[in-house]
Amino acid sequence: MKRRLLPRPALSLALFLLWAVLSNAASAATLLLGALLALLLPHIAAPFWPDAPRLARPFVAVRFAARIVWDMLLANVAVARRVVGPLAKLHPAFIEVPLELRDPFAATVLGSIVSLTPGTVSIDVDRERWVLQVHALDAPDPDALIRQIKQHYEAPIREIFSC
Amino acid sequence: MNPLIEFIVSALILLGSLFALLGSVGLARLPDFFTRLHGPTKATTLGVGAMVLASALYFTATRDGLSLHEIAVMVFLFITAPVSAHLLAKAALHRQTGREDEPH
Amino acid sequence: MLNFAIELGFVFIGLAMLLNLWRLVKGPDITDRILALDTLNINAIALLVLFGIRAASSAYFEAALLLAAMGFVATVALCKFLLRGDIIE
Repeated sequence: MKRRLLPRPALSLALFLLWAVLSNAASAATLLLGALLALLLPHIAAPFWPDAPRLARPFVAVRFAARIVWDMLLANVAVARRVVGPLAKLHPAFIEVPLELRDPFAATVLGSIVSLTPGTVSIDVDRERWVLQVHALDAPDPDALIRQIKQHYEAPIREIFSC
Repeated sequence: MNPLIEFIVSALILLGSLFALLGSVGLARLPDFFTRLHGPTKATTLGVGAMVLASALYFTATRDGLSLHEIAVMVFLFITAPVSAHLLAKAALHRQTGREDEPH
Repeated sequence: MLNFAIELGFVFIGLAMLLNLWRLVKGPDITDRILALDTLNINAIALLVLFGIRAASSAYFEAALLLAAMGFVATVALCKFLLRGDIIE
């Protein structure tokens, strides 16, 4: 019953929150309309919406999101310092991070997080070898960076989506 | 307006505009395309993020009722910035190497 | 204090946009120019939000949201064009 009413609880919640935020949560009537849409839209979108992995551990996801925000702040300061500092000291590098996750959606999430955090931009996910290609602004020690990405980001994502 | 809130809004505005400026300094100063990519994708999104938070806080404090819709801009930018960076990097690789991209 | 912060914010973002313009003119490659346009667009969003605070009007928010959406689509379309020589396959 629960499955039939809410095929995608996370998508419904996201739609409802987006509606509430966009309409400034102005009145109970707009919130009600938002709730109605959040119930209906996943059903309408079901035929063409790709199958996302199940959010297995929502609470881990919340903690993970908080840590990403913190990491982003630190990363911004670090990148800002390198940008105004001497450029000759930088060690830009292309790095290949071997992945253990095997899910396109989880790989996209990981790529986006890598792009938003410490001096790294993800360039490509090779879905045959499952390698995430990353460009680092300053990586004197590429192996340490690979370890960091795998421990800090890939491991929690695998736990959250259980893949 | 409450002086504490005014202080926080001012600090967020300064932080946001400073990071926007630093991101653009990176874009202008760094030596090649892939290093330049780093400035805008991070510093600018945090810049706009802080600015938008300042706006949300300011309108919540000066009007009655919450003002949350600015958050939507921030969420949108945080989702789209990595995608833009990814596509730009792919386009640059494609132009540098002339490599044929496998269709997804 | 808030007025001073807003004025200084305008100065910083104005300088940032000038730097973007410089990169846009200088290039050297077309991908640099697209990146400069994208950054210019994000800075314009920040500028609009700041205008909204100064004018104490929430009308600027819609413009900022539109700019965010249009800028993203423009960047994606330009990159896609470079990658494939076509925008719609």
